[in-house]
Amino acid sequence: MARYIGKRILIAIVTILVILFILFLLLQLMPGSPFNDEKLSAEQIAVLKEKYGLDKPVVVQFLTYVKNMLKGDLGVSYALSPDTPITDLIANRFPVTLKIGFFGMLLGTLTGMLLGFLTAFFKNKVLNVFYNILTLLGVAVPSYLFAMCFSYFLGYRGKLFPLLYDFRSPISSSIMAVVAMSLGVMAVIARFSKAEASDVMKSDYVLFAKCQGLSNTTTILRYVLKNSMMPVITVMASLLVGLLTGSLVIEQMFSIPGVGGLLTNAIAVNDYSVVIALSFVYSVLYIVVMLILDIMYCVIDPRVRLGGKPE
Amino acid sequence: MSDKAQAVIEVKNLDITFKMPTGNVHALRGVDFTLRENEVLALVGESGCGKSVTAKAIMGILPENGMINSGEVVFHDGGESIDLLQKKISWRRKNINGSKISMIFQDPMTSLNPTMSIGAQLIVAIRNHEEITKKEAYARSLELLYEVGITDPERTMEQYPHQLSGGMRQRIVIAIALSCNPKVIICDEPTTALDVTIQNRILDLIQKIQRTRGISVIFITHNLGVVAKIADYVGVMYAGKIIEVGSIFDVFYDPRHPYTWGLLSAIPDVSDEKGELYSIPGTPPNLAKEIVGDAFAPRNPFALDIDFKAEPPLFKASGTHYVASWLMDERAPKVEMPDNLKERIASMKKEGLLYVEGRE
Repeated sequence: MARYIGKRILIAIVTILVILFILFLLLQLMPGSPFNDEKLSAEQIAVLKEKYGLDKPVVVQFLTYVKNMLKGDLGVSYALSPDTPITDLIANRFPVTLKIGFFGMLLGTLTGMLLGFLTAFFKNKVLNVFYNILTLLGVAVPSYLFAMCFSYFLGYRGKLFPLLYDFRSPISSSIMAVVAMSLGVMAVIARFSKAEASDVMKSDYVLFAKCQGLSNTTTILRYVLKNSMMPVITVMASLLVGLLTGSLVIEQMFSIPGVGGLLTNAIAVNDYSVVIALSFVYSVLYIVVMLILDIMYCVIDPRVRLGGKPE
Repeated sequence: MSDKAQAVIEVKNLDITFKMPTGNVHALRGVDFTLRENEVLALVGESGCGKSVTAKAIMGILPENGMINSGEVVFHDGGESIDLLQKKISWRRKNINGSKISMIFQDPMTSLNPTMSIGAQLIVAIRNHEEITKKEAYARSLELLYEVGITDPERTMEQYPHQLSGGMRQRIVIAIALSCNPKVIICDEPTTALDVTIQNRILDLIQKIQRTRGISVIFITHNLGVVAKIADYVGVMYAGKIIEVGSIFDVFYDPRHPYTWGLLSAIPDVSDEKGELYSIPGTPPNLAKEIVGDAFAPRNPFALDIDFKAEPPLFKASGTHYVASWLMDERAPKVEMPDNLKERIASMKKEGLLYVEGRE
């Protein structure tokens, strides 16, 4: 098990380095430089270049860049608020995005698994119709549309929740955003859970357990649940990407002071360093989540944990 | 071995239909047989003839679209006779499955839970029926693993299915099936998915366990070589019916149904110099359509007019031997089995194929 996890961590580190390299290349290949201002004289540009270390050879620049990025120094903003360290720009915003994303994912996963597994286990017609409607809507309708509906019906008409994010009541003012984001996750997870659980329930080992006289409850708890989890975990990884990009729009709609707003602003004013720093942070976040999922596989499935073939 | 032995399971006129999106498939069209104490009954026939469906109906694990139209599965236990089909599935799980009747599946690679250790699977199966401590269940598990020929049971208890070979897994499946001392074990092609060398060992194991424990076995297979080795009684199935049933000697040495003739002729024979394999012409009927007359008639070179109009009943050939063919009717013309099958049977007799140790 330790070997498996060690290997995963190593792969994660290599992936991060590769991402850094690509980001650096992008910066180099981008036309112009931060000092494209016509008012600047050649001497002034040289001074600026020296100040930021841009006069050094590319290799040295890259090494410094990697060193600083890994240390957590993401550089400074050029345009949004010149010379402010990007870490400072992100520091307050990132936790908000992370919290909303995490709860969206958690809520979506839990409700999705509940809906999917219950539909698979009980084979109830009413439940099945309910399942079909919910998952179809969840898969087909983008999260911002849900967000708009919630805003209008629950926020504006029902006055149940504040329309915009409020620092004084961060929970009640982000509920609509979290639920809107969770619905897509819920739908996909429910579909996977149901399909997988239905398959496992027809598998030979479940039939064999029934031939041994194990009750439905025991077979579900000890045989079906664990064996249906693997594909669900796999799909969670890809859902996460959708969730992160989806949150960009949702954050704007509810004026949530998260990274999403920062990113859209940075893109609008061509602040490359901020865009690239955020891409890096998103990538690292994604890699860390993948690592956690890989470790979860390991805990659930002995085939991953122990590796090996028949003796 | 004899007719006098007590019946354990009696299947009477079992009739099952599967509901399919394209229409209904009449999988079993009235199956009758009796399994007696301390006896191995082989059910043989081509794929799709209803062997496995019969087994699943006895275990109460038919898929949801399987509907039992009529019939009985009577289980005799002591003085009691219970029609299992009249009981609730939950009752059968609690009182019959595992503790009285158990089943082994074809593919040992998929019969065990991949995320549970062998030990845990054994202990769950044991403690499901008996209120004993984990320690006692563990001790019993070791004995069971030892009984099925596993040399290092302590180690195997800790292992997971993917760490074991197919033969080992099938041994473990057998151990789990035996864990609550059932009276009957249904083996659904238990050796088909294994290497040829392993097949024989698993077969020997099943035979040894059947004899030492004195249990009854329903052995489903399409391999007549296996039948010759293990079975006391044989039921030949075709298109959802038993068409010939009798002792192993009745069916192998004195087959009466043209389909059984075909099956016996189709056994590959290494001593045959021409080396051509025989196969029964045609294909089994489509069970999605209602069958009129004898289902085998279109493939039967000896078919009579009546075969296409009315279904033959089971005619009695001898004390233990029954055949569903109009050729058995006294008004039917005398038809002899093909000559090369006669030779085949004569050579089987000479080789003493059926004179297996322990068989009367």
